[in-house]
Amino acid sequence: MNYYIDPLTLVTFFPVIGIVVLLFLRADQKVHARWVALITSLITFGISLAILAQFNPANPDLQMVVNIPWIQVAGWNISYFMGVDGLSILLILLTTLLTSLSILSTWTAVQDRVKEFMIFFLFLEMGMLGVFLAQDLFLFYVFWEFTLVPMYMLIGIWGGKRRIYAAIKFFLYTMAGSILMLLAILWLGIYQDTFNVPELAAMGGIPPNLQFWLFLAFGAAFAIKVPMWPLHSWLPDAHVEAPTAGSVILAGVLLKMGTYGFLRFNLQLFPIASVKLAPWVAALAVIGILYGAAVSYAQKDVKKLVAYSSVSHLGFVMLGLFALNSQGVQGGILQMINHGISTGALFLIVGMLYERRHTRDMDAFGGLWKVMPIYGALTLIVVLSSMGLPGLNGFVGEFAILLGSWGAGLPGGVLGSPWFTALAALGIILAAVYLLYMFQKLFLGPVTKEENRVLSDINWREILTLAPLIILIFWIGLYPNPFLNLMSASVDQLLNAMQTAAVAGIP
Amino acid sequence: MSLNDLLVNLNLIMPITILTAWACVLLLVDLFIPKERKGITALLAALGLLVALALVISRAGVATSAFNGMIMIDGFATFMSVIFLFSGLAGIAVAYDYLIRSGIERGEYYVLLLFSIVGMMLMAAAADLIMVFLALELLSIPLYVLAGIAVPRPDSEEAALKYFLLGAFASGFFLYGTALVYGATGSTALTEIVSATTSGGVNLSFLVIGAGLILVGLGFKVAVVPFHMWTPDVYQGAPSSVTAFMAVGAKAAGFAALLRIFVLAFPPLAMDLTPVLWALAAFTMIIGNVIAIAQRNIKRMLAYSSIAHAGYIMMALVPYGQGNVAADTVASALFYLLAYMLTSFAAWAVVIALEHNMGEGRDTDGLSLEDYSGLGQKQPALAAAMTVAMLSFIGIPPTLGFVGKFYLLRTVIEGGFPGLALIGLLTSLVSAYYYLRVVVYMYMRDGEPVVRREPWLYFTALATAVGVVVLSIFSEPLFNWASQAVLKLI
Repeated sequence: MNYYIDPLTLVTFFPVIGIVVLLFLRADQKVHARWVALITSLITFGISLAILAQFNPANPDLQMVVNIPWIQVAGWNISYFMGVDGLSILLILLTTLLTSLSILSTWTAVQDRVKEFMIFFLFLEMGMLGVFLAQDLFLFYVFWEFTLVPMYMLIGIWGGKRRIYAAIKFFLYTMAGSILMLLAILWLGIYQDTFNVPELAAMGGIPPNLQFWLFLAFGAAFAIKVPMWPLHSWLPDAHVEAPTAGSVILAGVLLKMGTYGFLRFNLQLFPIASVKLAPWVAALAVIGILYGAAVSYAQKDVKKLVAYSSVSHLGFVMLGLFALNSQGVQGGILQMINHGISTGALFLIVGMLYERRHTRDMDAFGGLWKVMPIYGALTLIVVLSSMGLPGLNGFVGEFAILLGSWGAGLPGGVLGSPWFTALAALGIILAAVYLLYMFQKLFLGPVTKEENRVLSDINWREILTLAPLIILIFWIGLYPNPFLNLMSASVDQLLNAMQTAAVAGIP
Repeated sequence: MSLNDLLVNLNLIMPITILTAWACVLLLVDLFIPKERKGITALLAALGLLVALALVISRAGVATSAFNGMIMIDGFATFMSVIFLFSGLAGIAVAYDYLIRSGIERGEYYVLLLFSIVGMMLMAAAADLIMVFLALELLSIPLYVLAGIAVPRPDSEEAALKYFLLGAFASGFFLYGTALVYGATGSTALTEIVSATTSGGVNLSFLVIGAGLILVGLGFKVAVVPFHMWTPDVYQGAPSSVTAFMAVGAKAAGFAALLRIFVLAFPPLAMDLTPVLWALAAFTMIIGNVIAIAQRNIKRMLAYSSIAHAGYIMMALVPYGQGNVAADTVASALFYLLAYMLTSFAAWAVVIALEHNMGEGRDTDGLSLEDYSGLGQKQPALAAAMTVAMLSFIGIPPTLGFVGKFYLLRTVIEGGFPGLALIGLLTSLVSAYYYLRVVVYMYMRDGEPVVRREPWLYFTALATAVGVVVLSIFSEPLFNWASQAVLKLI
């Protein structure tokens, strides 16, 4: 008898242990509930670090694979199949880290129904980890759809004034995309006779015109999640109404499920369609970059500004992925992490301010630097990172993406025009405009409102919440190689496989 | 038929025999049970169901026919019998306290329930249209009475009368269809209908019209659009415990008959019938789900939801005529019926726990969505059970409703109807809106829900909800079992 539990199952389902403990707490044991959740998420983070230690970056294939037959009757071929590779390892770490930090950030912000909050939060972590690890389409869909439920609850119960509207919109919008993906998954399951992703990718042989439809069906689900322009309208509502911790996870991890989906499923399973549709996806991505930036600039609500900036930043990720070359895809993956760090930190920062003043209106602030110097300094770092200042993390990702898209835009590349790069670069400038505008409004100048004079600077817990993210901002910015090394083997293998398939498939 | 033959045949259908005898005996025994201790009758009825269940399971895997081929005992009948018997047990569990509270506790309630289950079990095993008709009546008549058992409450009386009139009407359709089929093929036995059809020389238009009328008759029972008009009023007016049982049992029995008749006797007519079934399924899903959005009364909402789910199951029937898909048609419909049964009882148990102010000559209360406000905080267990039920109805994993829908959709796509699958999925999206509204009230609004704390209700709600989640994760045995329940001519 082998009592060894494989690490991927352990990391995915460890939060359930915390949930079980939480169920035994009374509703008024708020502090206990917080500690249970925090410790659970920290242990989960620890397990993910152990997975990183075991992970071999030189191996491009799935590692630590667990593949157990699940439903193998009546013509079904479904397995409990999990694995991690260079495409997903960083997202696992991002998920577990941000979950811990988010829980830490709720220490004083969430006072109402703490126990339930933590239960839903840990369920959410389980779902997200499952999405990134599942290598069987059925299993993937189960996790994918399941994440909706806890997020819906988080927004709907602990959100702002229009929380119910935002929660239902979030749920229905996302589910609408998932439905099309489910059809495509069923099609693959019936006609390719397996739900096993690597097998499906290796099998190939889907006719190009069908690949086109399947790409769109999967793409609909992922594009809504990313969200790509013009399918983004659920995002500002969900973000603005969600509690701080919910926004952090929503922006930091849930949106990545969309971009990751494109990377893992669309590129691998439908290579011909991916190559053919790359310019269209890139066009939408660039529109998203510019549109998100422009709308951000128009916002009065800080949280809404950050929310729209996600549309812009995720546009970069999509542009990088669909450059379909090594720099672009690596930059795209790194930018997913960067966005999780920077925007996650921005939402935390907005949350800290909101907790003190119960408003997010930019006009209500001004000159905060004088009142809260530590807070101001940390915010400045995060803002600079988000707008891509060299030496900080945002720059590395965005530069690689622009480089990749330039290469893909040259004759013979998939994008066919360097204009994508030029317009995307404009997006970087716009990012500087709206982010610095926000920073100036909040922090610089004289203190305009009397009630702001008495605000307390951030405390140790809040510094502790931000510190890991600040460290990562500098680390990735100054020395990104360890991060890129983790993914490069898998990315190269993916691109080689795509090239072979596309060359074979396009007459 | 000699006495010996009779005994042999009765032995072949032992679970049904026992249950019938038990129900008759119970009717007499009940006379000697004092009025304030009718719980004993409930217990005895449940005991009878458990014995029958044990017999059904112990005989699983046997495939045989009885009474000159009028009855077929096979994997299909076994699977359905288990569903009916479980519905009966859950039906008693949710009824016991409810009847006392409503002041309508009578021993006959449980006896009628048993007779209805006998009818359902016969329906699933019937291999002859005459037998189907008898079973249909046997299951329906006790339900007509049960719907009106809250007399003199006007809405209960109205429900009973409406159900009876439309049910009788539907029976007429069924019988006329049977007559036409008999006229065309010279037989009412399913095996002979199909052999007569394939050997040629039958009047095809009579046969198709006959099949269509049979579809109408059973369509009333399972409540597919446009034969659904009675459902909301009857579901709302009947006592909730009856509604819960009816929504599962009667619907499952109707589908059992539809599946057996269509898959066994009418595959040669698939060309004509498939478009009809397609339209029925599509309209049922669309209309059921869209009208449910407008409902504020939870019983009415669940009534429309049950109509919509009839549409989902109907989807599986559309490709029934394709030899390679027919097995999946049956298996996926059975699987979904099982999922629907568990999910429904989870939901209805919660509804019954919240219903109050009954039997005082005024309208029932605790049934509007507002009455669910704050349930998530005051009664977390019940709210969780209801949430699981709602998610399962939508088809969100990890619930049995999701796995069941997945299976149904696979059947439909395999049969070559991706458009219908898309309609099924889009209507699920619509349904998410009104199912989630219940969750919104329970968790996102404050209130003081009035809840009846009664162990059997809690047990039913929680056990079925846990079953919905756990069985969805360990669903392989269920898949296996459902896929063995193929319909074959013996």
